[in-house]
Amino acid sequence: MTVVVGFPIYITLVNALLSPHQIGARPPTLFPTHPQWGSFATAFSEAHMGIYLRNSAIVTVIITTAQLVTSILAGYAFAFVRFPFQRTIFMICLATLMVPMEATIIPNYETIEAFGWFNSFPALVVPFLATGLGAFLFRQSFLGLPRDLRDAATLDGYGHLRFLTRVVLPLNRPVIAAFGIFAFLGAWNQYLWPLIVTQTNSVRTVQIGLRQLSTTNFNQINVVFAGTLLAALPIFVLLLVFQKQLVRGLTAGAVKG
Amino acid sequence: MHSRRLSRVVREAGVGYLFVLPAVVIFAIFVFYPLVKTAYLGFFATPPTPNLPARYVGLSQYRSVFSSADFRDSLWRTVQFVLYTVPGGLVLGLALATLANQRMAGIRIFRTIFSSTVATSTAVASVIFFTLLDPQVGLLSYWLGQRGGSGVLQSSSLALPAVSVVTIWQNIGFTFILMSAALQSVPDDLLEAARIDGAASWTRFRRIILPLLSPMIFFAVIIGVIGGFQAFGQIDILTQGGPNHHTLVLIYDLYQQAFQYNNAGYAAVLSVALFSILLVLTFVQFWYFQRRVFYVQ
Repeated sequence: MTVVVGFPIYITLVNALLSPHQIGARPPTLFPTHPQWGSFATAFSEAHMGIYLRNSAIVTVIITTAQLVTSILAGYAFAFVRFPFQRTIFMICLATLMVPMEATIIPNYETIEAFGWFNSFPALVVPFLATGLGAFLFRQSFLGLPRDLRDAATLDGYGHLRFLTRVVLPLNRPVIAAFGIFAFLGAWNQYLWPLIVTQTNSVRTVQIGLRQLSTTNFNQINVVFAGTLLAALPIFVLLLVFQKQLVRGLTAGAVKG
Repeated sequence: MHSRRLSRVVREAGVGYLFVLPAVVIFAIFVFYPLVKTAYLGFFATPPTPNLPARYVGLSQYRSVFSSADFRDSLWRTVQFVLYTVPGGLVLGLALATLANQRMAGIRIFRTIFSSTVATSTAVASVIFFTLLDPQVGLLSYWLGQRGGSGVLQSSSLALPAVSVVTIWQNIGFTFILMSAALQSVPDDLLEAARIDGAASWTRFRRIILPLLSPMIFFAVIIGVIGGFQAFGQIDILTQGGPNHHTLVLIYDLYQQAFQYNNAGYAAVLSVALFSILLVLTFVQFWYFQRRVFYVQ
């Protein structure tokens, strides 16, 4: 079982280190005795993986940050602020969870074109600056805080902003980390939308760049393998560093606080 | 006094609206407006040449698409894809999680390997298998004895199963993590008591572990089914809906109609169908979580 799961990644690494000639040779080479690391440099520069990775990093960081900010603000408003139509607006946020992005791509594409954003970073980022799931999760988590906390803070003269930044956020670090990772993975792994709204390498994200690489560079197949690993590397590092938060993030949808 | 209290209430409401405003604006422009617009577009038949105006046809386009053989075929292929990927992935993920739940030296390495495919996006997994299944240079085609001939992905009977296998592999890390988290929450003393009562390991698994895992299994199934209806990247990289439409699932049909054949009206109807199916599935999910509250960790 371990072999079945691990083999595709292992052989991708091996093939990235072989020459195209060796990759095609039979019987196959299963261990690189003379590893050629040059394929990674080629993938990074000539096959544009460096630019794709940069683009994905920009898009992912902006989306993750923005989703955290908009979700925390909305979640806070639903949990701690009183205002007319609060419940209705909350239900509206909740309703967005039932609208998959795939079902709305045609008008959204038209909107992006009308804004003059086709093939640009705003097209990749703006539709995803907010998410209903985030607002919902943070509301649930904030409601779990003891009510006395808000009363005590009010007595101390804390306004909403100070209460949010000094009390609520520090007490909710695990949820913030979990949702942050969830948002990061979602943004990094996007495929359909970036495929539709990008046209040139200067804005292509790594997923679309990889598709490009696999269809155009097949004569240098070791470069394709190297590029694939480069595309997976950032998330793999993330997995190793934030293992615990990642588990919480991935199971975020299963948690009802 | 009265007016000061009033102004405080107004200020409070102002803060509330200010905080929800960014999210509400985004939702209005990129979720609700396009949702309504999609349904509306379905009422218009796309003209044969781009410069002509779209023609209003009312519900007839919905009727003709939903009763067409093309639609039924792509829906059936989508269901097949879900039936291949969800149960298979679940059983494998559960098996791996059970294996990795044992106390053994070096188990951490296995856990890392099992969860490693979380790091592979759909595109990464698809490109890996696209090259491995290439009839000329692919190692898997070589081992499957297909070197030089037409490959698995070009076979009308094997293409959809192959795409499903890639999907299962890509999702295995996620399923493994879900099932591991659930397994770790099974209380040890419960299993110990069962052992003392003489329950064999299969009985313990069936009678204790499986029932306790059922909420997480349901979660994985519903996520898997929803994900299956949205699966796009693997089709795009591996087969583009081919050979001869044998992997043309609903969403790929939608994409081709909208962005390759410029048939927005037809694609809008498919969008409405996709939305309706996912809506029902999401309701099932909500309904379930309303009834069963559970915590991970």
